[in-house]
Amino acid sequence: MLNDLNIVGTEDTPGIKFDRQKNVFELVGRSLPEDVVSFYKPVIEWLGELAKTPVANLEFSFKLDYFNTASSKLILDILLEVNDIFNEGTPMKVKWYFLKMDRDLEEAGEEFSELVEIPFELIGY
Amino acid sequence: MEESLNKVAANPKSLKYCFDFHQLMEQYDIIMVYAGEFSQTLTKTLLSFTERKFNVEKIEDTVRRKIYNIMVEMLQNISKNALDNAHVVTRNSPVFMIGENDSSYFLISSNKIGNENIPTLKSRIDEVNLLDAEGLKQLYKEVRISGTFSKVGGAGIGVIDMARKSENKLVYDFSPLNDQFSMFSLFIKISRNIDVPQEN
Repeated sequence: MLNDLNIVGTEDTPGIKFDRQKNVFELVGRSLPEDVVSFYKPVIEWLGELAKTPVANLEFSFKLDYFNTASSKLILDILLEVNDIFNEGTPMKVKWYFLKMDRDLEEAGEEFSELVEIPFELIGY
Repeated sequence: MEESLNKVAANPKSLKYCFDFHQLMEQYDIIMVYAGEFSQTLTKTLLSFTERKFNVEKIEDTVRRKIYNIMVEMLQNISKNALDNAHVVTRNSPVFMIGENDSSYFLISSNKIGNENIPTLKSRIDEVNLLDAEGLKQLYKEVRISGTFSKVGGAGIGVIDMARKSENKLVYDFSPLNDQFSMFSLFIKISRNIDVPQEN
């Protein structure tokens, strides 16, 4: 069975949580860590486990305020991992939330969506 | 400087001198200056300070976000590239400033760079300055996927990102200090009035 994952958000790192009941994996807040690789390591490891025991209809939810360019690489890595699992036959989807006036964040979501096949919904609020 | 401040202690009449500096800041539209040690802790502190200040001002949210994003990128670049021992503040310590006038915000930084790194950095900024929004978007995609441009010390994808977000040319200068080092100054302008996104 897939492990829980619950990383509490801070001033410079996002909250990351796998909500088993709702079947949602979400990232919330800001991503500005100095060492992105070390911060996101547990997430990459968790995705490795997900690849072995995929969960159908898992929703990946991104509600980020801002993230540095180093984080954008890791976000792409996460999306590519998830995309691989999707391409192997497990239905999943991505929801990218952005504040309506934040054109930069909307654009970032659009650009990520172009790099993957997984259903990718952009939600302005 | 030390001599002058000691004079003030001896002669309060020259206290005015301390405020000359502030007058100069106002003349240059500078609203914040920091010089000294740069680190992740400092980045968080300055970001928090700036958020508190700007969150109560009448600025478009999208502009505010751009300021925070670009500022973090600049501050983290300085921490990453800091050539001096972090606990030793030398004469040419890095500097970060925020400027503000009626039409724009300005993020300004200055830090030491090894002379051997100048040609790469200069050519990357020049390349980025030649591109329009669409061109920058394409370049960002290429670099994101291929992973080139990623060497620390040279201009990474951060330079492209800052140019995209600021929506203005990046202004820079290299000022030689000696045979080994120069001061690299970067000046990024963010207009207060960004076009509101239209429904397509």
